[in-house]
Amino acid sequence: MQTLEPILAEHPFLQGLAPEYMQLLVSCASNVRFNSGEYIFQTGQAADKFYIVRQGKVALETPSPTHGELTILTVGPGDVLGWSWLVSPYRWHFDARVLEVTRAIAFDARCLRDKCDANHDLGYEMMKRFAQVFIERLEATRLQLLDVYAVHT
Amino acid sequence: MLSTLDSFPARADAHPMQPRLYRAHKRHRETPDTFTLELEAAQDDAPFTFAPGQFNMLYVFGVGEVPISICGDPKRSNLLLHTTRDVGMVTHALSRIKRGDVIGVRGPFGTGWDVERAVTRDVLIVAGGIGLAPLRPVLYSILAQRERFGHVSLLYGARMPEELLYMPELQKWRARLDLDVAVTVDRGTRHWRGDVGVVTTLIPKAACDPARTTAFVCGPEVMMRFTIFELQKRGVSDENIVLSMERNMKCGIGLCGHCQWGPHFICRQGPVFRYNEIRDWFALKEI
Ligand SMILES: Cc1cc2nc3c(=O)[nH]c(=O)nc-3n(C[C@H](O)[C@H](O)[C@H](O)COP(=O)(O)OP(=O)(O)OC[C@H]3O[C@@H](n4cnc5c(N)ncnc54)[C@H](O)[C@@H]3O)c2cc1C
Ligand code: FES
Repeated sequence: MQTLEPILAEHPFLQGLAPEYMQLLVSCASNVRFNSGEYIFQTGQAADKFYIVRQGKVALETPSPTHGELTILTVGPGDVLGWSWLVSPYRWHFDARVLEVTRAIAFDARCLRDKCDANHDLGYEMMKRFAQVFIERLEATRLQLLDVYAVHT
Repeated sequence: MLSTLDSFPARADAHPMQPRLYRAHKRHRETPDTFTLELEAAQDDAPFTFAPGQFNMLYVFGVGEVPISICGDPKRSNLLLHTTRDVGMVTHALSRIKRGDVIGVRGPFGTGWDVERAVTRDVLIVAGGIGLAPLRPVLYSILAQRERFGHVSLLYGARMPEELLYMPELQKWRARLDLDVAVTVDRGTRHWRGDVGVVTTLIPKAACDPARTTAFVCGPEVMMRFTIFELQKRGVSDENIVLSMERNMKCGIGLCGHCQWGPHFICRQGPVFRYNEIRDWFALKEI
């Protein structure tokens, strides 16, 4: 049977991860596919997984008082989807709706949290990688908030 | 310094302060507040030559004059194209120009993008909002001699889907196999099936070899600042990051000092600069 290891090793989020950690991750990982229009998760549901996207496009949506459902970000190949699994109360804050057929690797959150608790080196490695994603998303959100294309009078 | 005014002189017979008459051939709405004017010479048929990145001073008689980049194909010299956003008095007056109306044109002025220096290299064209207008001639030039360049990508960001410029052309470019086009908006609605996120998020994914990449960047200054960070993170060197700057202008030819920015007059030494030339000024607040 083909293992997920080579697929994980190719993904930008996990590039360069030591083989022993990769083996630990594989035991929490599964291959998943979602069709266009499907919700991968919805606001308020338990955040029991996170995903690294291999193919496709997913919109993160939230209801806005003036514009109905607003897409705040799309994620695609090479991106990570979901970090609510990392922080209590482990609930999703947005809806994730599939725009184009999406193939991803799903990680079972409880399995991964247990492994990170048992092996802090793995936990630190994962935290460093997620911190990078947090910072990039935070910077992008700040830039979005600046509304740089508006006419400033 | 890039190709200067001297290498692209205003039309030989015209004094650079004297507007020449151009007649509106067509006005085409691009987005709710942005339109493209196609102008043809009202006085003579001499071709209008310009380098991608240069601008004209457009004069609405009795209202005022504004600098606007030339956004047409450098090879099509009979029509002069300007895409303009209606933000104030003069641009609003331009938005009301009808077919047959006559305006004054001075130019072309300023430095160009120097597309020739990017030959054999990978090219990233990063545009934000109306910033696609001054970059469109770069794309025309590259596509006219596509085989001379490496990988070419257009990364374009706008505020909302309705504010994307040149939609029919974007679709055509997208269909080409020799050009990568990535478009993103800051705010998406349900009907938008493209990417949502700021334009800088497209940079890490763009196919290019940073060591042999030239990036042409135009958009609001904050957007350009963040774009520079991302390009540097990827390893594109400062002298290969090329930007177009904007400041208020009056004469457009380096006489009045209105557009002074540090040691530079943007109308003459710019508007297109390499980042290494302006790094020290770019970081300073409000000069
Ligand atoms: C080299 C150069 C090339 C340019 N190319 C283009 C172009 O291709 N298309 C285009 O639409 N514009 C372009 N501009 C900007 C354009 O010149 C200005 O928008 C114009 O001068 C505004 O004049 P106005 O009389 O309409 O507005 P004003 O009455 O002078 O200003 C009205 C309000 O609009 C705001 N404003 C002014 N300029 C801008 C701006 N650039 N962005 C956002 N808000 C602004 C002002 O803060 C003010 O509150 C270029 C500028 C330069 C220096
Ligand atoms: S506009 Fe007069 S010096 Fe630049």
